[in-house]
Amino acid sequence: MENIKKLILNTVKDAVIEEKQKLTVTVDYTKLHLLAKTLRDNAELPFDTLVFLTGMDRGEELGVNYLLCSSKDLSKEIVLKTGTTDRENPLLYSVTDLFETANYNEREVFALFGIRFINNPDMRKFFLNGDWNGFPFRKDYDANPELNPLNLESKDIIDIAPRIMEIDGKLVESTVNIFEEDDYIINIGPQHPSTHGVMHFRTSLDGEIVKKIDVHSGYIHRGIEKLSETLTYPQILHFTDRLDYLSANINRHGLCMAVEKAAEIEVPERAQYIRTIMDELNRMDSHLLAWACQTNDLGATTAFIYGMREREIILDIFEKTCGGRLIINQNVVGGVMFDIYDDFQKDVKSFIIYMCDKLKEYDRFFSHNVIALGRMIGIGNLSKEDAINYAVTGPAGRGSGWSCDIRKHIPYALYDKVEFNEVIRTEGDSYARYLNRLDEIEQSLHIIEQLIDNIPEGDICAKTKAIIRLPEGEFYSRVEACRGEFGVFIESRGDKFPYRLKFRSPSMALVSAMPLICKNEKISDFIGIGGSMDYVIPDIDR
Amino acid sequence: MILNYSQPLEVTNLTSWLDAALRSSLPEFWVLLIEFVLVGVAFLAAYAVIALILIYAERKITAFFQARFGPNRVGKWGLLQSVADMVKILLKEIVKINRSDRFLFFAAPFFMIVASMATFGAIAFGKGLHAIDFNIGVLYVTAVSSLGIIGVLLAGWSSNNKYSMIGAMRSGAQFVSYELSAGFALMTIVVLAGTMQFSTMIEGQRYCWNLFNGHISSLIAFIIYLISGHAETNRGPFDLPEAESELTAGYHTEYSGLQFGFYYLAEYLNMFIIASIATAVFLGGYMPIQVKGWVAFNGIMEYIPSYIWFFGKTAVLIFLSLWVRWSFPRLRIDQLLNLEWKYLLPINLVNIVLMVILVLSGLTLTDLLPGWF
Repeated sequence: MENIKKLILNTVKDAVIEEKQKLTVTVDYTKLHLLAKTLRDNAELPFDTLVFLTGMDRGEELGVNYLLCSSKDLSKEIVLKTGTTDRENPLLYSVTDLFETANYNEREVFALFGIRFINNPDMRKFFLNGDWNGFPFRKDYDANPELNPLNLESKDIIDIAPRIMEIDGKLVESTVNIFEEDDYIINIGPQHPSTHGVMHFRTSLDGEIVKKIDVHSGYIHRGIEKLSETLTYPQILHFTDRLDYLSANINRHGLCMAVEKAAEIEVPERAQYIRTIMDELNRMDSHLLAWACQTNDLGATTAFIYGMREREIILDIFEKTCGGRLIINQNVVGGVMFDIYDDFQKDVKSFIIYMCDKLKEYDRFFSHNVIALGRMIGIGNLSKEDAINYAVTGPAGRGSGWSCDIRKHIPYALYDKVEFNEVIRTEGDSYARYLNRLDEIEQSLHIIEQLIDNIPEGDICAKTKAIIRLPEGEFYSRVEACRGEFGVFIESRGDKFPYRLKFRSPSMALVSAMPLICKNEKISDFIGIGGSMDYVIPDIDR
Repeated sequence: MILNYSQPLEVTNLTSWLDAALRSSLPEFWVLLIEFVLVGVAFLAAYAVIALILIYAERKITAFFQARFGPNRVGKWGLLQSVADMVKILLKEIVKINRSDRFLFFAAPFFMIVASMATFGAIAFGKGLHAIDFNIGVLYVTAVSSLGIIGVLLAGWSSNNKYSMIGAMRSGAQFVSYELSAGFALMTIVVLAGTMQFSTMIEGQRYCWNLFNGHISSLIAFIIYLISGHAETNRGPFDLPEAESELTAGYHTEYSGLQFGFYYLAEYLNMFIIASIATAVFLGGYMPIQVKGWVAFNGIMEYIPSYIWFFGKTAVLIFLSLWVRWSFPRLRIDQLLNLEWKYLLPINLVNIVLMVILVLSGLTLTDLLPGWF
């Protein structure tokens, strides 16, 4: 990393480098693009993955934090900070040309903080309507309901995007049409059986072929990050379950880890075991549902029910452990809330045997079906470069040949003590993603097998203070959720509330890649690809 | 005479008694009028009842495939569930769609139901249970059943809904393609049987079903007919026009209440019609299993009423269709058309020629082994 520091100072002389939890570099906004480009293109350790793009209201200044990491080694991280003091018309430079995943994130920052990004090709507000008054995540936002009254009339969607481009050193504001004049546009969503939630794809068609997709999101945006700024850390835990509800336990694990790291709380060994086992059960639960939904999207209803049948057993184990089925409230700061019940080991072991058998059944029933193969092989190709560029992680990213498993790269809980394979396929099509999930179920079973008999006795939760205050600073944590990398960023000012909390949602990256990989595919494959990407909408609409 | 005593359960006895009773007291014109009305009413009733039974059967069988219970609340074993559903559908409001083509929108379901009803009339349910018995029965069935597509296309067009439109266009492409295959497969058997009249064709299969008579060629035709018939009913892996995970409900998205009921009914009845035509053409229709020379065995088989044979054979084919439907994922439109135009159609054309050769050179089973079949 010393070389990287030198490289940074060579590129931008007045960059301020600090050693915090991560290496943090503060630069002037005019230099950020140059620095990011240099870091991305350096041959020794390319920082080519944009993990977080966090809008910040730092009081005087509005700014953005970027967390970059290397696609070769996810544990090599660097934080770039920039900002502008112009609160009336804040302008920063876009990094969309370097990292495609920045596109939607910058639009999100525009909607929530009002920062516009120069050279971003599409500067519409993400999540919010274009006519929303004020910028909700700014600290001085006026939440008076009269400013943004509830509107009961339907508004026409205007497919015109404003943008601000730098041409020959001058800033030019212009607009661009999203669709061509005579496009046959259908709305897939917000209410549609196969968007897996309240997602809205405006799709222009040429016969059956998808020409272009325009993603509209935010129908269930709840402003969880803003809400969190007035809640204590144990209260915020409940929100993580409502992000990606299918990997509720893992999300919660992520936030707990961030708080524990910051407050320096030691988690007891027994709690770590329970957490890891529950995480893996949760992963299987989610992958089973993903498998089931994908087959359903391809029109095989029976396979769908089979997936749900197996999932039911995991949910029963969850229910017996902590009373919840989908959202299980198991992790708390310092450990877990409920100890495992007496027959837990027995139930889990019998499930492992049962599930191994069922995986073979899935294989026989669906994985080699001629029609299914025709609907998946070679469909929705996502190359490794694109996966990195769009920061598509999880089974989808690994289906494109990118080793991006946080459990391997930045081990947490007990993942450095157990032996498992990171499932990687290089085809990058729907079928690779499909098989990856089934194989990951097998790996999860393998992980649980190693842990289930060795759970040590002891406390399940560390003693914590009644009110948890985090020291001043910036804290990141990254975990491998079911759909990819889930990240938590907390900026604390020494209070019992976070100053700024940001969740990195894996689904947002998955959806941002959809327009790319669905282009020129048939409309029925668009649905099938959506199933193979397996995004969950509340995770995007935080 | 002996046959009459040996078949006490045949409906023919009832119908001929009724005919005789009417003729003894009324002039010819009134007899015919009353009989026509009775036949019409009987068909309408049968149409609804068969659909209800099929819906119940499908739900139960599917539940069995999918490790579920299926309907089990309304009535014993959920037997009254489809009746309850029918009552619900009759009571539902017919929604008027803004900016739709009102006339075509209302007319579309009737095309669908009339086409399937007209085909239904040509089915031989049993000995004497046969309303229309043309000498060109096969041609009539092929022609009339393809009218249903007009209903689908009109529904898609008049709904003023883009999903419906895509569904209807898919349906159009699918119908036109698979109608060809189904027609050719039937023609293959017409070559074998030497007739287009259903009753003659069934009578000709007394000792040897057409499926076995033309061995290789018949088997190919049978498989092709099942595939394309399945495709024509818009079910199973061929349900692209409705494709609920893509197009919500395809061409009938905007329909509600009774109009939706018409489509629903027609879909199930079309499945039945396809199966019953396959039964008549390939599996000997209402003919019991008969073996040349085994008089006692034949007598026992004859004792089972012909309509039981018909419904039994049809049920087997319907079960097959359900099995396929609930096992396979959906095809994509280009795969669907590939299957038809690149595989089924060429195979079919060759198959007809093969069948002609078989028949002309006396290689059918009845020619080869006249003592057995």
